[in-house]
Amino acid sequence: MGRKLVIDPVTRIEGHGKVVINLDEENQVADAKLHVVEFRGFEKFVQGHPFWEAPMLLQRICGICFVSHHLAGAKTLDDMIGVGYSTGAMITPTAEKVRRLGHYAQQLQSHVTAYFYLVVPEMMLGMDAPPEKRNILGLIEEDPALVKRVVALRKWGQELIAVLLGKRMHGINSVPGGVNDNLSAADRDRFLNGDSGLLSMAEVMEYAQDGLKVFRDFHEQHREEVDSFADVDALNMCLVDDEGNADYYHGRLRVTDSDGETVRDFDYHDYLAHFAEATEEWSYMKFPYIRELGREQGSLRVGPLARVNNTQSYATPMAQEALAEFKAYSDGKPNNRVLHTMWARAIEIIHTAELIEQLLNDPELQEDSLIVVPDEGAWTGEGIGVVEAPRGTLLHHYRADEAGRITFANLIVATTQNNQVLNRTVRAVSERYLAGKTEITEGMMNAIEVGIRAYDPCLSCATHALGQMPLKVSIVDAAGRTIDERVR
Amino acid sequence: MIKLVIDGKPVEVEEGTNLVEAAGENGVYIPTLCYLKGEPCIGTCRVCSVRVNGNVTAACSVTVSNDMEVDVNEPEVTDMRRALVEALFAEGNHNCPSCEKSGRCELQAVGYETGMMVSRFPYRYPPRDRDVGAKHLWLERDRCIFCQRCVEHIRDRTSGHKIFSINGRGSRARIEIDVELADQMPPEQVREAMDICPVGCILEKRVGFDVPMGQRKFEVQTHRERATEGKSNE
Repeated sequence: MGRKLVIDPVTRIEGHGKVVINLDEENQVADAKLHVVEFRGFEKFVQGHPFWEAPMLLQRICGICFVSHHLAGAKTLDDMIGVGYSTGAMITPTAEKVRRLGHYAQQLQSHVTAYFYLVVPEMMLGMDAPPEKRNILGLIEEDPALVKRVVALRKWGQELIAVLLGKRMHGINSVPGGVNDNLSAADRDRFLNGDSGLLSMAEVMEYAQDGLKVFRDFHEQHREEVDSFADVDALNMCLVDDEGNADYYHGRLRVTDSDGETVRDFDYHDYLAHFAEATEEWSYMKFPYIRELGREQGSLRVGPLARVNNTQSYATPMAQEALAEFKAYSDGKPNNRVLHTMWARAIEIIHTAELIEQLLNDPELQEDSLIVVPDEGAWTGEGIGVVEAPRGTLLHHYRADEAGRITFANLIVATTQNNQVLNRTVRAVSERYLAGKTEITEGMMNAIEVGIRAYDPCLSCATHALGQMPLKVSIVDAAGRTIDERVR
Repeated sequence: MIKLVIDGKPVEVEEGTNLVEAAGENGVYIPTLCYLKGEPCIGTCRVCSVRVNGNVTAACSVTVSNDMEVDVNEPEVTDMRRALVEALFAEGNHNCPSCEKSGRCELQAVGYETGMMVSRFPYRYPPRDRDVGAKHLWLERDRCIFCQRCVEHIRDRTSGHKIFSINGRGSRARIEIDVELADQMPPEQVREAMDICPVGCILEKRVGFDVPMGQRKFEVQTHRERATEGKSNE
């Protein structure tokens, strides 16, 4: 008789999901799925609203990467009014830099949160550590000095968001055609030189390297486990600049295969021609894939690992050095090791901090040319905006009628893009840690969560869902009976 | 000069002063929504209810007189004002997080000032269609509180005719716009209509969030500070 394992809820992720693993009579993994069990419906209830309010409403989908949603929406509105990338009438350089700075500030604080608060507890305390220990509180006991630095770094990112968008969360700076304010010289100086309770830029650059140091130590001590934890093959996708390197704010969408070869390179306005979506009755989260390649071959990975895989060089020195080390480790080939996502995220923390430093020293941020107002005749009524959110490629697509009422909205968020890969990861980790075992320990179950957390999934955004989403793991026997179930 | 007592404190104000202003001049804040300083009283919202000589009345409808005894911050009438604000929230569909007026919305500001945390009344969630027929103006009816400021104060500059009106009664009442007259409004009057609306019902089409967060009207200075510093019309 087989068994059914249930993890419900999956913890230390954004949103609510559960995992069900079916074991057959020989305790081999017959099936493993990540279920997303909530529904939210933002795309529906935004309909009818004035188009210029849409990004404000839709950024409320997330309390973590709201700036990404705000900017994807802003780029969509640019298209709609006839300014922006689809028309070639670009927003002003100052407007784009203000947007980029807010975006990088969010990436810094989001990556720091995901990395140190959600993932590092296992790295420093072990996957088998008791659940009451392997969390941020356990980390405070283990290394209070590190946590103080983490909190200060995260705060710095949050404060920069607050200055640029008016609030720490769900603020506004982007309006159709540009931004509504620049960065004052006084605020710039606060972030460069530090202030009461606020790090200086030099301190940020120093603290931003903590993540990579922690990963190196962990990797050094657990090389075999980290490298063999799970190897999940998938296409890699991200926005790339003219040189083909990841760009967090804008570019073309590039998809590469496991040899690093480009299989698709396209303007994101054409996404409908390239993507299809599958649905499953057991999850509210859809499964996007490259239409022509089919669901198995055409599923994508997005986020830090995909971006680092697609990037050949960074224009900033510290990130470039870290990238070279990362590339050398896998002989320049794309890296499919799930736990190396943490390595990639640690590199991006450094890269983001360097990009922020560059922008803070750019005098164009204090200029007053903030907005482009097109003629009414330029109105297109349809827009598509894509940015690289911390978790990966985020797409907003709206249509509005002549009066400006939203008639259609489609959001494809990073975690949705990663859905197939997340499920492959759950399967791979189950096979490595659970297959053939008669007794399932808490640590084994946690390994599955570690695999999921590597992607820093935001199930709330991805599913557009409502309600509670804890993690549940079930083991089901061959007759469909639940043999073991862990619920959190 | 007129001598009266507000919250137990004897005060003197000029003859003909409106009670809302008399209180404000003497540091006593009375919340208001439909009231506009210097304009004839409309008296629709009742949010300025106070006790005058023992009777509850709308302060905006009262001109001060000698020996008047006014209670503003007395518990029963304070709670009554909060209840009126809560009823306005419960009666419409107010979603501050995505509303263009957030931070410069008088209903939101008065909600903060009256200490409203949640409505004690069940939310009605009324179905209300928006009116987008005018060239430059958008009526987001979900947010209308029927204060009638727009009805009384926004008029066609040539004929003096009203541009906005209330159609229907009770729960079926709704704000209407005369599209022909609205389309003749000069740009500054379009902006005036948007500004005079105490909520986010009257919107200028395609204009949103031009004032950054943190620099919005009631984020810079609270409704209370404006009222007690004689700046309620600014």
